[in-house]
Amino acid sequence: MFEELVKRDFKQKYKRSALGMVWSILSPLLMMCVMATIFGHFFGRSIEHYIIYLFSGQVVFNYYTESTNGGMHALMSNARIFTKINVPKYLFLFSKNVSALINFGIILVVYLGFVWFEGITFTWKFLALVYPIVCLIFINLGIGLILSALYIFFRDVEYLYRLFTQIVMYGSAIFYDINRLPQDLQNVFYLNPIFVCITYFRNVVLNNTVPDFWLHALLAGYAVVLFGLGYYVYKKYNYKFLYYV
Amino acid sequence: MPILKVKNVSIKYVTGDFKSIGLKEYVVRKLKNNYKVNEFWANKNITFELERGDMLGIIGTNGAGKSTLLKAISGIMVPSDGSVQREGKIAALLELASGFDGDLTVKENAYLRGALLGYTRKFMDDTYDQIIEFAELKEFEDRPFKHLSSGMKSRLAFSIASLVNPDILILDEVLSVGDGSFRKKSEAKMKEIINSGATTILVSHSLNQVRSMCNKILWLHRGEQITFGSDVQKICDDYQDFLDGKLKI
Ligand SMILES: Nc1ncnc2c1ncn2[C@@H]1O[C@H](COP(=O)(O)OP(=O)(O)OP(=O)(O)O)[C@@H](O)[C@H]1O
Ligand SMILES: [Mg+2]
Repeated sequence: MFEELVKRDFKQKYKRSALGMVWSILSPLLMMCVMATIFGHFFGRSIEHYIIYLFSGQVVFNYYTESTNGGMHALMSNARIFTKINVPKYLFLFSKNVSALINFGIILVVYLGFVWFEGITFTWKFLALVYPIVCLIFINLGIGLILSALYIFFRDVEYLYRLFTQIVMYGSAIFYDINRLPQDLQNVFYLNPIFVCITYFRNVVLNNTVPDFWLHALLAGYAVVLFGLGYYVYKKYNYKFLYYV
Repeated sequence: MPILKVKNVSIKYVTGDFKSIGLKEYVVRKLKNNYKVNEFWANKNITFELERGDMLGIIGTNGAGKSTLLKAISGIMVPSDGSVQREGKIAALLELASGFDGDLTVKENAYLRGALLGYTRKFMDDTYDQIIEFAELKEFEDRPFKHLSSGMKSRLAFSIASLVNPDILILDEVLSVGDGSFRKKSEAKMKEIINSGATTILVSHSLNQVRSMCNKILWLHRGEQITFGSDVQKICDDYQDFLDGKLKI
């Protein structure tokens, strides 16, 4: 059943326009090009391989927004199904997440292409990237579960979340470097799981180092807490959804 | 040993404030302490039992709470109060044509719906031809679902959902879909399922249908259970009198 749902989500996304597939890869790339040209002047000189620095941020952030936004709408847009058929509702959310993950995978390949093109050598340490990706999947699922429940109860969550995403974006140091900021302020960034993920990526790809233990612990902590919270919210409220859709 | 046991089931809808105000307004009102919701009981204290092979007809005017009760029975909804106990596989055909995806083809939709109903892929592969045959939609197979007429949509939905051999079959005004010939076909199919020993629950506004098919009857009115019993003709007569305004309740 899950397989069919994923297929549907994927087809829905790409069938409507033949260019859909190309577009969903192109749009983050274009976004990145624009950012590279604009911010390259300001930050490019002080950051080595600035395009990769930027792309690392973009690729993670893009997956995060796509996955959580998809998750937020997943229940609502399938309301007509789960009010008529007895199915586990979380499947709709998981299926949306899988199609976001596939997309992420494709962009990741393009990203690695850029890395190669920039003359960065691939080492076995790149395998460590699996760790932040797995954590990110759980973080996204957790946030998605919370949002989808909230969205059923309060429709304006969509706008609030858009605002929130903006804040996360600026707080993820996608195009700038936090090392110039005062130390206290730098620490604040670590409250943002997306920033931590991006930092992990940059450490591995740009510095060829696997981050220290506490960054791993922090990521795992976020994953467990957010997914746990999402699970709790879903468990507690999922039978109530029916009354509000 | 009853196959379905519905005990003191009550279902509450929450309406009014909450649904449409949004988070911001909710917080504001909560702070000002003038946040309130309206409760609406769509079902109040419904109790009945069905044995294997029973055919229950549920009657009642629009908004009596019939569809809501069926949702609780099929497990889509959790009752606010009371309990539902059921044995075996259950197939619920509620407002069939909804929940399809307009942009996918008829075939893709059939597979998706099959999957949602819990059929395996292999089962769908094996029975797909039978489904499309029964729905008489062979030549529309690769057309987008939205290009079908509403009768055709219901036909497809009916064909998929009626394939399994359920222990409990729930029909919410579905025997009236389709044109005359399809209706005959679907009624025959229903009879086949019923004869195989399934317990059936039928909601219908056609009293004749209820009279001729059911052996038990449940009459709901504004969420209240007026009667439940096996004296089908008597209850139908009363209901008819009520509809004609001759009987007050
Ligand atoms: N999602 C909902 N939110 C609030 N109230 C609802 C909701 N769905 C149904 N109701 C209310 O519950 C009552 C019972 O509805 P229900 O659909 O069960 O009636 P019904 O007996 O199936 O009617 P019909 O014969 O028209 O199909 C109605 O008064 C309706 O307004
Ligand atoms: Mg109804």
